[in-house]
Amino acid sequence: MFFGLGVLRGLMVTLKNFVTSYFMPPDRGGLFTVEYPEKRLPVIERFRNFPFLVYDKDPENPRCVACEICANECPTKCIYIEKDTDPNKKPLRRPAIFDIDITVCMNCGICEEVCPFDSIYMDHPFEVASSDRLEKLLFHKNDLLKSNDYFHKIRPTHAAAIDARRRAVEEKKKSAAVKPSETGQPPKAQNGGKP
Amino acid sequence: MEILDSIFLNTKKIFLDLLGCWLPDWMILLVNIGIIIGVIAVLGPVIMMYLTLLERKIIGRMQNRIGPNRVGIFGILQPIADGIKMFTKEDIIPQNADKIVHFLAPVLMVIPALLAFAVLPFGRGMIPVNLNVGLLFFIAVSSTSTICVFMASWASRNKFSILGGMRSAAQMISYEIPMVLSVVPVILSAESLSTYAIVEAQARWSGLHWFVFTPWGLLAFIIFFLCGVAECNRSPFDLPEAESEIVAGFHTEYSGMKFALFYMAEYMNTFTVSALAATLFLGGWEGPVLPSWLWFFIKTHALIFVMFWFRGTLPRFRVDQLMGLAWKLFLPLTLINIFVAGGYHLISDRNFRVAGASAVLLVSFLLFTVFLNRKYMPEKRRYDLVD
Ligand code: SF4
Ligand code: SF4
Repeated sequence: MFFGLGVLRGLMVTLKNFVTSYFMPPDRGGLFTVEYPEKRLPVIERFRNFPFLVYDKDPENPRCVACEICANECPTKCIYIEKDTDPNKKPLRRPAIFDIDITVCMNCGICEEVCPFDSIYMDHPFEVASSDRLEKLLFHKNDLLKSNDYFHKIRPTHAAAIDARRRAVEEKKKSAAVKPSETGQPPKAQNGGKP
Repeated sequence: MEILDSIFLNTKKIFLDLLGCWLPDWMILLVNIGIIIGVIAVLGPVIMMYLTLLERKIIGRMQNRIGPNRVGIFGILQPIADGIKMFTKEDIIPQNADKIVHFLAPVLMVIPALLAFAVLPFGRGMIPVNLNVGLLFFIAVSSTSTICVFMASWASRNKFSILGGMRSAAQMISYEIPMVLSVVPVILSAESLSTYAIVEAQARWSGLHWFVFTPWGLLAFIIFFLCGVAECNRSPFDLPEAESEIVAGFHTEYSGMKFALFYMAEYMNTFTVSALAATLFLGGWEGPVLPSWLWFFIKTHALIFVMFWFRGTLPRFRVDQLMGLAWKLFLPLTLINIFVAGGYHLISDRNFRVAGASAVLLVSFLLFTVFLNRKYMPEKRRYDLVD
């Protein structure tokens, strides 16, 4: 109605913001900023950052069987896997080299989706910045391997569900393995019947 | 209070008395001038430094941010960090630029900003030069900065720069006139052009007889202040350097320390314009209880806060809106204001003159705003001879 009244109203809005920013909580006009390196918000459970590998008890025997499905599915092709071999050059079901170039990884989580052995999951830490691109930002197997307990710590719900499923599968396998022995037939050996 | 009031004057006097034991009289005079020049030359950059910090803090708060707080406690060393950054930056001169003018523009830009400090009364007896035409000097000197802006824009040979320069010139012409006319009632009332005398004319009522408390003073203050905001190219009148339209306006082609000089001039202008508005309308260093120089700084900073407040709130004006405001509203209002102020001094009955002056000004304001708010539609033209 009046000329200049809108300007005054606008000025009042900013003045209110200015005053309330000193003593009000964020939802009532205070500051939203968390001063990051000193204070930090808790990382929520479903937060997903670069992948890591889970091992159950022994880091020498991770869940990963080096099937390379994740390496093939990864859209940016940032996973590099080499199978481990025994002294006779026979391939083993575990990786010798498992590298993820996290300068290339785009955190899509496809590796987590496709892994049939519940081995690779998305991690929580996000402060991975480094001045050494070639060494520090190329994660090797030892950097990637983390225990199942750690997985439980960062994502309890997800980890519990995975564990329950794995246990169920294991039970089934056991009962399937027991049944044939009850009928008197020898169980089929895991490695294709070879000695 | 008396001791605090004249603490700076007495310090200088003691220092000069000490020197007087060794030096002849004419040397003392030179040293005295040297001290004043030194104080201003140091004060200018220091003011610029902490004003940038203050602005970033205040605008941050208005946008629910914290503002710089990493360098030193509360970020007080931030301006120094910025200064170091500016010094170490590359100084780029465009290939086709007019090298000499391009170099001169930022240097000359700072000079009027520093000169304007010379006539500001910082406190009782604390005026660098008590010119009897101080106000005129201030207005004349501060408007020359537009020439430097235009030099910068012309010498850069950049279309955005030249657009900024043109805008600056147009803005200066339209704002200088209402600004000068709005101080006429003050001169009329104080019967002097000296800034010191103007402050002393507001000394009654134990230092609260400010011109802003009269109807004509209030109007003149608002107009003067808004024109001052336009004069130092601050938002919402920052058309010469509108980032969203013409990159950075007249300082598009400047980098490093030259850019910092433009910045410095802008912030020193902010300070001097606020200080002059405080001097003319808010009683300068007059005020009860507190020492005079403190009063001066409080009032000046209150006005500077309002400038930052504007910047945190208002979007930029369009060029035609800016011109319209100056020519169609401010100019006629200031003209009427001069007559009202004249009548105000002729009539002796206090209540009657206050009411009369307020009524006249309010009516004219409403009249002009209705006038200004009219939708303007250019009439349709037909070119019969074309076909
Ligand atoms: S992480 Fe999973 S998908 Fe990738 S190689 Fe290992 S087992 Fe295969
Ligand atoms: S998160 Fe995506 S990009 Fe990163 S390793 Fe897994 S599949 Fe590749």
